[in-house]
Amino acid sequence: MPKIGDRRGVSVRNVSHAVRKEPFLGHLILWLAVLVTVLPMLVTLLTSLKYTRDIISGSLFFQPTLGNYASLFTGQGGDFLHLLLNSVIASVGSTAIVIIISSLAAYSISRFKWPRWVSGVIVSWLLFAQMLPPIVFVGPFYLMSRTLGVYNTPVALVMAYIVLDFPLAMFILRRFFADVPSEIEDAALIDGASHATTFLRIIVPIVSPGITAAALLSFVFSWNDFIFALSLTSSSSGMTIPVGIANFAQEYQILYGEMTSAAFFAAIPAIILVVFAQRYITTGLALGSVKG
Amino acid sequence: MFNRAFRYWALLPAVLVLGLLTLYPIVQLIRMSFSDLQYVQAGISWTSVGLKNFRTIFGDPIALVALRNTAVFALVTVTIETVVALVLAIAVNRVKIFSRFYRVIVILPMLIPPIAIGVMWLMIVNFNYGVLNELLISFGIQGPAWLNTAALAFPTIIVVDIWHWVSFMFLILLAGIESLPQELNEAARIDGATELQLTRYVTLPLLRPTISVAVILRIIFAFKVFDEIYLLTNGGPGNATQVISSYVEAVFFGQARMGYAAALALATAVLIVVFVVGYQRINTIAGRAS
Repeated sequence: MPKIGDRRGVSVRNVSHAVRKEPFLGHLILWLAVLVTVLPMLVTLLTSLKYTRDIISGSLFFQPTLGNYASLFTGQGGDFLHLLLNSVIASVGSTAIVIIISSLAAYSISRFKWPRWVSGVIVSWLLFAQMLPPIVFVGPFYLMSRTLGVYNTPVALVMAYIVLDFPLAMFILRRFFADVPSEIEDAALIDGASHATTFLRIIVPIVSPGITAAALLSFVFSWNDFIFALSLTSSSSGMTIPVGIANFAQEYQILYGEMTSAAFFAAIPAIILVVFAQRYITTGLALGSVKG
Repeated sequence: MFNRAFRYWALLPAVLVLGLLTLYPIVQLIRMSFSDLQYVQAGISWTSVGLKNFRTIFGDPIALVALRNTAVFALVTVTIETVVALVLAIAVNRVKIFSRFYRVIVILPMLIPPIAIGVMWLMIVNFNYGVLNELLISFGIQGPAWLNTAALAFPTIIVVDIWHWVSFMFLILLAGIESLPQELNEAARIDGATELQLTRYVTLPLLRPTISVAVILRIIFAFKVFDEIYLLTNGGPGNATQVISSYVEAVFFGQARMGYAAALALATAVLIVVFVVGYQRINTIAGRAS
């Protein structure tokens, strides 16, 4: 089973650590990369903490304020709270549905004897769906959401995000389920447990690292989406944060304070995930995309 | 009964969801591409127009520009990103201290909402208040309007994309490097290979399959580019940064030509599938030959 944080070859590397010295050039290149990566984020964070006069004068030294963040939720920023709620509903909703459906399907495909073509068809269809740019789905989803009367609601977004998240979640989980030793399952079945019980009580806990990885990535994909939210919503009752950010930028007068604070706010989940769950993200993406 | 059929019950929701949310929309897209759709009071009226929408594509200069821009964009960004990410991944693999810190920072851009990335770069390349032009002014140079000059807008977008996606290439390539047997490195070092020789003759050849998968994944992503372009240039100035997604979106919503937009989207889908299948074929043949 692929283990999150599996450190292959640790012992060998430790031996080499003793003899090898730090590559100076490597560190130089990496610090440069760190600088280039951090700089745009830092500029945005600093701008978001400035009063408008300091943004305009471009001063490096300024009196910091949280006023822009406050105004998102109260002032000109308008309905940001509503957008936040929509973002959370759409991301959590789609993630929950995708995880339930894909873990059941991954279990079925990888643990039971299906004719070869069944998993073949499903896997190639998922690869195909993952390959297509979201814009391909935008038109049909727009018509569908109108017909179903869910246009401009988080329900339309949940439907679209299922398409966005499903393939990767399925690829990750398929790998994890396939690697559960079948003896564990057989033991439970012989003891009289049903397949459903075995799945829920025995298998799911074993593959929980895979489920966590799939869930975190699904959440990120949904949270980050812009094109579906732009196309399937029209007002703050359905809009998500990214659409709100784009609106700040496209006003006749760009609202720099609100725009930068909203952008930094939207990036917070990414920062939290990369610091606290880097292993899940890395393993999930590497397994799901390359070996899918 | 339920127990014996569990494997069917477990697969059923996925099949239903995939049918309703992927197969049905694609069938719908095909129907749309052969129709003329108009907003009417009761909703949307459909008129069958045969192949008209597809004929329009060939006489549409902007569609061609969007396709060319997307192809150039994919080629340039993926090439640069692969090289940069390869250098970074090998470097992270060779250093001992700060390794986790480097990883966390370099991976970060991939997880940030692309629209927020657009904002971050707007704060750098904005004509009036951007950091870049302020820096240039302190040297006495009046910086250009990066996003409103035809010759500069496209390169600027490419820089933003590189900043965004090196992270993904880095992650995939690093995973590939770390799954290589470390004993080989040790053996080469003991035999007196320099780090450069080690990279050239051990790491790179072994990494070839991973690189080829990473490249095709990134090309697929590059064809999806939309968010940052929408925020920074919205396809402009003129059509200098128009790509497939931005053009289809503009045709569908801006011009309300839903049937034609569907034809463009369908053509894109076909193009991508043909490209990916072709790439895999060539790759398999090249892999066997080498």
